[in-house]
Order: sequence, then structure tokens, then C-alpha cells
Amino acid sequence: MIHFGYGVMADATTDYDRNDRRIAEYLLEHEPSVNLCIGCGSCTAACSTGRMVEFNIRRLHTLIRRGETLKLKKEIMKCMFCGKCQLVCPRGVNLRNVILTINRALEQTG
Amino acid sequence: MINFNLFVLPFFLGLIYVVFAIGRSWYRWIRSLPASDKVRLTTMFRQPRQVLLALGEVCTEALLHRRMWKRNPLLGYMHMSFALGWFLLIVCGNLESRYYSGSHLNAPYYPIFLKFFIHDRLVIFFEVFSVPGFFRFLMDLLLLFVLSGLVLAMVKRKRSKWFGLKRTAEFQLTDVVSLTCLWLIFPMRLLAESFTAGYYGSGGGFLTQSLGNLVMTVMPFTSEYIPYSMWWGYSLVLGLFFITLPYTRYMHIPTEVLLIFFRHAGIRPKKWYSGFSDAEVLACSRCGVCIDVCPLNEAGIVDAQAVYFIRGLRDQYVPESVSRMCLLCGRCQEACPVGLHTDSLRLIKRRELVSGQETDFSWLASAAPGPVALETRHIPRQAEVAYFAGCMSHLTPAVIRSMRRIMDQAGINWVQLDEDGSVCCGRPLMVAGKDTQASQLMEFNKNQVLATGARLLVTSCPICYRVFREDYNLPVRIQHHSQFILDLVKTGKIPLQAHFRKVAYHDPCDLGRGSGVYEAPRELLTKIADLVEVGQDAHNAQCCGGSLGIFTATQEQRNDMAAAALDVLLENQPEVLATACPLCKKTFAKQSPVPVKDIAELVCDAMPNPVYCSASGQSRRAGSYAT
Repeated sequence: MIHFGYGVMADATTDYDRNDRRIAEYLLEHEPSVNLCIGCGSCTAACSTGRMVEFNIRRLHTLIRRGETLKLKKEIMKCMFCGKCQLVCPRGVNLRNVILTINRALEQTG
Repeated sequence: MINFNLFVLPFFLGLIYVVFAIGRSWYRWIRSLPASDKVRLTTMFRQPRQVLLALGEVCTEALLHRRMWKRNPLLGYMHMSFALGWFLLIVCGNLESRYYSGSHLNAPYYPIFLKFFIHDRLVIFFEVFSVPGFFRFLMDLLLLFVLSGLVLAMVKRKRSKWFGLKRTAEFQLTDVVSLTCLWLIFPMRLLAESFTAGYYGSGGGFLTQSLGNLVMTVMPFTSEYIPYSMWWGYSLVLGLFFITLPYTRYMHIPTEVLLIFFRHAGIRPKKWYSGFSDAEVLACSRCGVCIDVCPLNEAGIVDAQAVYFIRGLRDQYVPESVSRMCLLCGRCQEACPVGLHTDSLRLIKRRELVSGQETDFSWLASAAPGPVALETRHIPRQAEVAYFAGCMSHLTPAVIRSMRRIMDQAGINWVQLDEDGSVCCGRPLMVAGKDTQASQLMEFNKNQVLATGARLLVTSCPICYRVFREDYNLPVRIQHHSQFILDLVKTGKIPLQAHFRKVAYHDPCDLGRGSGVYEAPRELLTKIADLVEVGQDAHNAQCCGGSLGIFTATQEQRNDMAAAALDVLLENQPEVLATACPLCKKTFAKQSPVPVKDIAELVCDAMPNPVYCSASGQSRRAGSYAT
């Protein structure tokens, strides 16, 4: 790495060349509507779970792209499936199936 | 005379095989029933009344096809002619053979091929009044009855619309083989009997004898091998039909009988696959009635209808997407002539799909760093009525606002359980197959309700209403707000002033078919509005397409379903579309050209001193439809 004269915190780096893309790819294949997301955050604003506990459904997207599987696994378990996110989504992302598909992807990637 | 000929063998072996195959299946299903269900079954057989009732249903459904008649008379006649006609042919053929053999015990093939063995020489005219003559007349009449059904079945392949079916189930190869055999059986019988009657110059009835005589006039043959080969053909198609029966849709014939007995014994679908599910899957005749009623058609989805899903279960191959491609609206269940629990079969499959997946709702118990501290939520105020708006209602604030005003107006001591946002009722998880996970949420909500000391739980969302009723086992009364408000209006606690013109009511799936609440919303609406007729309503209401039951439909497909439902609802030009479900409201509001309002909103608007309850955008226009 080029020495810039300042340090980079190791655990905050995402190496996009080496990260685990399996879940992202599985998700794109099985629920392509996830690609429509513009990151507006309506889902998070409407979320029933997010109102009571630290849970950010929009952030799941980031976790998936970064390949942060462990964090993702922990987060996704809080979802109550009520479907408000899907109802408010201006892009028509099929969010309840996104969650189910991520669960399936997590099972398959172990 | 030894009544045997080599040609009976295909039939006889086929019969032995099919009886063995059916017996083996029945034994397996009954063995795999849960112990409690086995007890139910044995108790039923000790009660003659129950057995008689079950037998009665076997007659009306498996033979007469009463529910098919209700759907379409032509379709009913077609099914009845096959089932009842064939059954009576067997019974009467048996009686007839007893007359000739003088014995109660005949080989099973004897009655079937009786006309080959017996060429009774009796006068043809006025023979109807003699015993054998009567039987000949009867048997020919029954054969004609079945053949008329066969002609209809052939017509149905080309013109299914005449039978009230826009679409019919697609066939598999085994179905085609079996169907061909079935279709050939009765014409073969007609030919064999006619040719024999013609050759011997006697032994036939009004149909077979006349046809036989005609054949002899047109092409007089002198060899008995011609009728003999017909008998071979008849026996072969019968045998082949029997051998293929256990592997084709015709397995529904024996299975439906068992299923009717299961149901009369009080056996209900379980959460997991059992012998009962097997019986339901195999009792599906693939008649295709469920295809037309499925709202998925409107979105161009043609491979996930109940008939195909159940076929997939039988073939042990259902794609994950097909299991999840169902609104669970219950329309197919309502229409099914066999009374299959299509929704619970779908849920069983979904449960299997997610059995390894976990959830973590430990945050329910502890205070969380979220925007609302959880401790405060644990101690709801004591009240008479606990109001649970439901997640979806939080997206339609006008409904909650209206409910609050109505309850205040009625002077009720109420408390809202989910004022600061709700813990989900659990049904959305359950329709995904996650029942065990849902139980944690249910436990939380249950404690919330109990803590209020309320005697009545009112919910604005039919999804919540259904799960509270079916799965919570709460010691309090549970009402949907349409029932609750109706009670308030009836007891005069809410004064109603305004009257709206032309309101169409949409039945939410979970409230109507799901919970059987059809009348309360209608009665309530007639007090404040003139209801316009809706083409498909109540039991047959279309789903709005927004259902939480479906996972794999895209937003466009949902929109298509909503548009189709709206077409039906708005046929008679209502000025307002009323519903009793926040999810239906939200779904329709996106596309409806007329305002969509919840019943609670309409009642609130109809109250004196109109502080308009409806959402602000529409409330300005409210005056235009209120008269």
C-alpha cells in the first residue's frame, strides 16, 4: 500500500476484490428487485422493528455488498416480517422476499 | 359351463393390482396419522350416525358431484354421469350376473363380461317386464348415461367455456395415457356388447342389440373372433386404466372417499405433513376449478395455482418460488369441489422450507437503545377495551384517528396497545412458515393484552384479527373494528348523521373467507351509505393483490391484480370504495380513481360535527360525496 502518511483502521476497510459476494449474487439472482433500491430509507423509516430496537433494513444492503455475513446474520434475525417496508417502498422492492432469500443464501453459504 | 376365458386376465390382474395399491396407500396414510387422529377415526366407526353421514356425503359428492353441479350444471352432469353411471353399472351388472349364475359369489370379471358368457335368447319386444329384460334395458340405459358424459368430456376439451371453465389444468403424460384408457373403456364395452348381440342375434338391450343388428346388416360377419377381439380390447383398456390409476389423477376416485371419512371423523389439517395431507393431495382430481378463481391469472402467473402446487406436492417437486407464489386469499379453497385445504397445504410446504432458519426477538424482553424505550411499553394502562391497530394501520393513520374519535365519542374506556408502533401480531411470520418464531411475538402481545385487564380486544387489521382469534387463545373477546363499531351503533352510542351515496364494499380476504365476517361490515355500511352491488363479493371476492401471503410476486404483478380487482369493484360506478383492511386500502389507493376508505373512516365522517377523519388530501373532497 502506498504510504500516505496516515493510518487506515484495518477493521473498517472493505476489500472489494476479496470480499464474500456469494450472498449478493444469490440475492440478485433470486430476487432481482433488490437492484431497484435507491437507498431512500423509506423502509427503515416505516420499520416496526426499527422503532423499538437498533435495526436498519436499508443497511442490510450495505452489509450484503460488503460481504459482512456475520453482522448480516445477526441483524436479519430481528425482522418481524410485517411488510410495512415493502408497502412504502417507492421502487417496488420485494422486501419480504429479500429477507427470505437472504436467509436461504445464509443457509447455503453456511 | 366354466365362465372363464383368457381375455379376462388383463382386467382381472389390473383389478387385483389397483385394489392392492389403494389398500397399501390407505394403510400408509392411516398409519402416519397422529395418534389423536387415529383415535378420532376409531371413535367415528363406533358411531353409526357419523358413518351414515359420511356415507351420505360420499353419495352426494363422490357420486352425484353436488358441488360441481353448483358451479356449473353441465360440468356437474359430466362428472356425475361418469361417477354415478359407472357405479350403477357395477352394481346392476353384479345383480344381473347373480340372476344368471344363481349364486352370490361370482368371479369379479363375470359381471363385467357377462354378455360374452351369456347370450340369453328372449323375445326382444316387451322384454322389459321380465327380470333379464329389465336388466338389459337398465344396463344399456346406464351405458348410454356414461357415454353421454364421455361425449361431454370430449366437448369440454375443446370448448371448456361451455362448462364454466376458462382454463383447464394442463396434462402430464401419465394423465394422457390414463385418460385415453378411460375414454376407451365405455365405447369398447358398447362395441363388444353390440357385436356380440349382433352376432348371436340376441342378448342385447335397446342400445346394444339395435347397434349389433345394424352392424350385421351393414357388414355381415360370420366369425365370432370379431366380437371376441372386442372383448379383448375392452379387457385391455380396463386393465391398463386400473394399473395406471394409482399414478394418475384418477387416484382421486378412491381417495376422496377416504378423505370424506377423515373429515367426518373430525380430522383437520395439521401444521406438518401427515396422512391427512397425503389424502388431500391425492384426492385432487385436477378438475381445474381452482384455476379460474385464482387472482394470479390477472398477473399472468399460470404455474402456481392450487392444482399445480398440489400436483407438485404429489410428484415431490415444488419449486420454492411456487410455494411462495400464493396470496393465501382462500378463493380456491372456497371453490374446490373436493373441499381441499389448499392454503394449509401451501403453509405446510412453507414451514418445511424455512425449518432451519432462526429469528432473534430477544430485544422484546429487554430495554433497547431504540427511539422508544421498551419498559414503558410493558405496562399498558388498565382499560375496558384494548385497541390493537396493527402494523398496517400505522401506514393508514386516518384509520387509527377515526377509531380513536369513535371510541371517545362512545365514551369507552380504551387503551391503544401499539400507540408507539407495534410488535407484529405474528401472522406475517406464520404465512412465511415461521410459526415457532411467531410464537415469541404472540407471547409478548398476549401479555400486553392481559396487562390491560380488558375484556374486549379490538383490532383494525383483519390479519391481526384472524391470528388473535385462531392462534392466541386469549381469554378476552376479540372483534374486528367493523363488528365493534356496529355494536356501538346498534346500542346508540354513536350518533350518525351523514349518509353517503354509492359505496362499494370490498371484502378483505382474512376478514371474509379467512374469518367468516361478511355481514357486520355490510350491515354497518348500510346504516351510513347506499351500497352498490359488486359482481364478485363475499365468498367470491377478489383479493386486492397486496396480500402478505405472497412473496415472489413482483410489484407490477401485484398492481395487475389490484387493477383487476378494482375493475370488478368499480363496475357499478361507486363514488367511494370502502374496505375494512388497512392493507387493502393502501393497495387500492395507489390505483383507484375513486377515494378508498376504511369503514371506520366512513363512520367517523358520518358522525355529527364532522372533524374530518379521513386523510387530509381526500377529506377536502369528502363533502362532495356526503349528502
